[in-house]
Amino acid sequence: METLRFELDASKPAGGTRKLALVGVVASGNLEVLLERAAPADRCIIEVSTAARGFKPLWDAVVADFVTRRAAGGLHISINDGGARPDTVSLRLAQGVRLIEENEA
Amino acid sequence: MTAIEPLATQHSWFEAGARQRVAALVDPGSFVEFIGPEQRETSPHLGLFDLPVEFDDGILVGAARMAGEPILVAAQEGRFMGGAFGEVHGAKLTGLLRAAALLKRDVLIAFDTGGVRLQEANAGELAIAELMRVVIAARSEGVRVIGLIGGRAGCYGGGSLIAGCCSLLIISEQGRLSVSGPEVIETNKGVEEFDSRDRAFIWRTMGGKHRYLIGGTDMFVTDDLEAFRIAALDALGQPTSFGAASMTAEQQRLEDRLARLGACHDGLDVWATLGVEAPKAVPELPTQAFLAIANPVRETADDAR
Repeated sequence: METLRFELDASKPAGGTRKLALVGVVASGNLEVLLERAAPADRCIIEVSTAARGFKPLWDAVVADFVTRRAAGGLHISINDGGARPDTVSLRLAQGVRLIEENEA
Repeated sequence: MTAIEPLATQHSWFEAGARQRVAALVDPGSFVEFIGPEQRETSPHLGLFDLPVEFDDGILVGAARMAGEPILVAAQEGRFMGGAFGEVHGAKLTGLLRAAALLKRDVLIAFDTGGVRLQEANAGELAIAELMRVVIAARSEGVRVIGLIGGRAGCYGGGSLIAGCCSLLIISEQGRLSVSGPEVIETNKGVEEFDSRDRAFIWRTMGGKHRYLIGGTDMFVTDDLEAFRIAALDALGQPTSFGAASMTAEQQRLEDRLARLGACHDGLDVWATLGVEAPKAVPELPTQAFLAIANPVRETADDAR
């Protein structure tokens, strides 16, 4: 396993009031993303545990793109990765932000 | 809008994840998770094998309401490690069933499992043994333990043993229920005994329709979240009893079944012996047509199976 940690500037704070959100599942080519409100409002912390070693440059690009495009400020995001492709990672991150913004049912 | 399809358009139980299944089963907003993913109670063993963990170890357990009544609920995630039982996964379900016995509160278990996780097999096997014990203990307190089977991993191995201890089982056509899976049987007994690539044969041997016909499950539903919810509500309203008399009756029924069906070589032979007039048509039948044919001839499951 390889673990990666990113601390990024995130200008847009995450919306909504949910404390946490969980999307995805750990399976081959898939990942789970746990989002918690546990970072300063203008920061986004992303911790990754991945079965696929040696892809840090790709993760750098994916998370940089994510904090630019989505309201990720204040989120502490934990990822268990089963070797997902970058587009799947982007999709799950976007799903997670959407879910944490939703009102509780 | 983004490219994400709204979840409301997805109705299949088979395609849904564990969390979607629980959300669809219980009253909206009533689910309170125990030991949720934020507590990160993950497997202590998978790291040894350089395998990724999941924050909920592939199962969610908690309390909820159905039609206003308090229940306990568990759902396995069949896509993580095939829904298999590891140490934490098993302990979460064991704890839930202990709570059920103490609180005298009915339990729903959405099975989706290949059995015991090979990487933590000793802990997993112990969990299965503990679970059978606590299911029986809960049932002895008058609690209903209702199993729902229709996920992609089926209900195999130790999971099938726990299902066998439940007070009532609900299955869909996609559901599979068996101790040994097709590949395990083929590996041990040869392809002449069981061709694990013959999907029609698999479903005639361990699929939902076959299990319902021989009384291995109590309810048969369409592969639909709402259909499972309605059936679970119905099951929660059924009387339940558990004791030596029902176990003796069940033992007798199984002996009779063996005498009656033991010589059959295929599900088709079983169905014909039961009195199904056109057994070859059974796999193609939609739910209502199947039930119309099955209900007059099927073996009725007693209290256990």
